[in-house]
Amino acid sequence: MNAALNAWPFVLAAYAVAVSATLALLGASLAMLRRAERRADALDRQGKS
Amino acid sequence: MHRFANPARFVRLARPLTAWFGWFGVALTTIALAGGLILTPPDYLQGDTVRIMYIHVPSAWLGMAGWGGIAAASFAQLVWRHPLAHVAARAVAVPGAVYAAICLVTGSIWGRPTWGTWWEWDGRLTSMLVLFFLYLAYIALAQAAGREEGGQRIAAIFGLVGAVNLPIIHFSVLWWRTLHQGESIGLTGSTIDDRILWPIPISLMGFSLIFVSVVLMRMRALLADAKVEARLRRMAAS
Repeated sequence: MNAALNAWPFVLAAYAVAVSATLALLGASLAMLRRAERRADALDRQGKS
Repeated sequence: MHRFANPARFVRLARPLTAWFGWFGVALTTIALAGGLILTPPDYLQGDTVRIMYIHVPSAWLGMAGWGGIAAASFAQLVWRHPLAHVAARAVAVPGAVYAAICLVTGSIWGRPTWGTWWEWDGRLTSMLVLFFLYLAYIALAQAAGREEGGQRIAAIFGLVGAVNLPIIHFSVLWWRTLHQGESIGLTGSTIDDRILWPIPISLMGFSLIFVSVVLMRMRALLADAKVEARLRRMAAS
């Protein structure tokens, strides 16, 4: 470990990358699911009417 | 396994599990990361950079386990023609690529203060980068295959062949002299002090549950899309 470097900016940057990428992945997957289920439900309703 | 070959039965089971895994995973990950940032002591050699391990180790595990999942699903697709196997492999690919990328980026951020460099072309780092590119290639192949059976089979063969890279990643630190340290956490024990180690199993479990929840969401979305497509095709034909 280089004594001249403060480790905390590196630690916080790494945590920010991991947490934001995980949240983006969760959000994008949830949006993908909602969109697909809405389309399937709309077609179901159209088929019944 | 064949009990879940029926997509409707699978979706019925996956719906409650998606939310349970997701929330439980977020709770465990929050506990592990807060513990890793606040409660654990700094390492006597690495100082505070050791805290990056609590996200780097789970992302490396998920990057590799994700491809293991693609390989297992590809095997089930080629051997048993399991109807959900291709859907499962496709659903794993994007989260697997994301965690392989997180592993590379967090490793690079850890390397700068510890090794004095952002990147080194050594065995572990290079084989992990190859895994990330394999994910990108698999995503492109599976996307191009669509619902065509021949294309799906090519993607499955690629998924199986790509698994050759997994033992290379795992043993790279033994086979070649590298900057990356050797194995410090094994199935039988660890060389890391317990006061620093304890958030890692919680973090591994938390991120893994989030990963499974994401895969279930993506599988359900792909199945819903396939249902819509099949119905539109029937409507167009009649």
